[in-house]
Amino acid sequence: MEQGFIALDGVSHRYGGQTAGPDNIVAVADLTLSVNRGEFAAVVGPSGCGKSTLMKLVTGLQFPYAGSVAVAGQKVTQPVKIAGMAFQAPTLLPWRTTLENLLLPLEIVQPHRSQLRRRKAEYVARAERLLASVGLDGFGDKFPWQLSGGMQQRTSLCRALIHEPQLLMLDEPFGALDAFTREELWCVIRDLHATRKITIVLVTHDLREAVFLADRVFVMSARPGRILAERKIELPRPRDLDVTFAPEFQAIVHDLRAHIVSARQ
Amino acid sequence: MTRTPLIVRLAPWLFTLGFLLIWEFAVRGFKIPEFFLPAPTIVAKAFYDFWPAIVRNSWITLQETLVGFGLAVGFGLLLGLAIGWSRTIYAGLYPLMVGFNAIPKVALVPILVLWFGIGFLPAVLTAFLISFFPIVVNVATGLATIEPEMEDVLKALGASKLDIMRKVGIPRSLPYFFGSLKIAITLAFVGTVISESIASNNGIGNLMLQAQAQFQVPLIFAGLVALAIEGIAMYGLMAMLEKRMTGWAQRSGFAQN
Repeated sequence: MEQGFIALDGVSHRYGGQTAGPDNIVAVADLTLSVNRGEFAAVVGPSGCGKSTLMKLVTGLQFPYAGSVAVAGQKVTQPVKIAGMAFQAPTLLPWRTTLENLLLPLEIVQPHRSQLRRRKAEYVARAERLLASVGLDGFGDKFPWQLSGGMQQRTSLCRALIHEPQLLMLDEPFGALDAFTREELWCVIRDLHATRKITIVLVTHDLREAVFLADRVFVMSARPGRILAERKIELPRPRDLDVTFAPEFQAIVHDLRAHIVSARQ
Repeated sequence: MTRTPLIVRLAPWLFTLGFLLIWEFAVRGFKIPEFFLPAPTIVAKAFYDFWPAIVRNSWITLQETLVGFGLAVGFGLLLGLAIGWSRTIYAGLYPLMVGFNAIPKVALVPILVLWFGIGFLPAVLTAFLISFFPIVVNVATGLATIEPEMEDVLKALGASKLDIMRKVGIPRSLPYFFGSLKIAITLAFVGTVISESIASNNGIGNLMLQAQAQFQVPLIFAGLVALAIEGIAMYGLMAMLEKRMTGWAQRSGFAQN
């Protein structure tokens, strides 16, 4: 496993200007974290701890005022195009069908953008395969508002994967779903990670989710966010949902929970 | 899609008929003099008697309104996109626009007459000036309400501002735009008629003014009816356009019965 596929070193970031002041919110301070290639990392922490800032720093939507961020061995100085993103809201475009929504990234990102016309059939086939892999075969013609919340979120995941990124950034992607749908999607993500061997960073406040899915869990402190603890999850893969009821699983969750409680104080 | 019940489809005609009947019987029952409020049947007769004049003037009013409205659509769309594009343009133009919109357009007609004489041009310009504001505001609103997450998804892929505008911003603001056309076309008629009744020898506004001077009260009302018919037709056209272009935005089942 390649070390340090994502490497944050002493990163500090604040919104609203470079100098300290009452209006400036220090989002993260002296954040150091490293994720290996192909690893599934989860970041947990109290709300407002700068988890979303972490997402933006890694994908190159924001740049730190101190420290350095590198992805795939390169310092992040512009948006990282090898990343796909999905959020709590599926953010699908209501005027496009599910399939057209999936193709959106290909209309933006190079080299696909300039090949779109030529390779259209191939891209459509790819999108349909992707939909089938998350259990949505045959839903390509439907509009997003004709899909349930869980199906919309699956579509959003597919959209994040369509340009075959090496890195998938997930910001509380299951936060708005009911418990059963959420566990269903855990399995979808687990299988995507297993088959595609991509690096995934999952930001969440659900500890069970983090422990079930991740190889490694990072606990962040309250703002300004730092990494308080790092925990390797050595539960054997492939993991079944039943593992969430096993005592060793519960023990890890309890242990992490204690860190979060102390982080909130 | 379920079929609309018969009663709902008939409702517009029934309600209009009811309105006219109440009007007719009220005028007859209370013996209201014709020069004060003519009954619908009397208005209909005036409509019939003055048919050629009404048609000629309605046509002029419609032309003026549509040219003014067309200008408002073009200009409003451009300005709306510009305001949605840049915060600086937004901050700079907004107070100007609000101030401008607050000026009663009737007060501008004398200036327009001073510049362009009476007749076609001031009517067109009044229609334009009165109707572009809602288009600007709506287009800009559509652009301003792009979800930040959507922007992040696209920016992370290397999308330029123009990409985001083309793929998300413009399609997103279309329902707002087409919605605003319904308001704008109605306002455009207001503008035209204001200008016609102050500074024109033509158009329904002028026709009504003449009728008033000659105390032909039924003709005044016939002019109002002509305006209402034109207004409904154009509004209907805009509503149809809206439905065709942005059906995806209209799926609410609210107030179905």
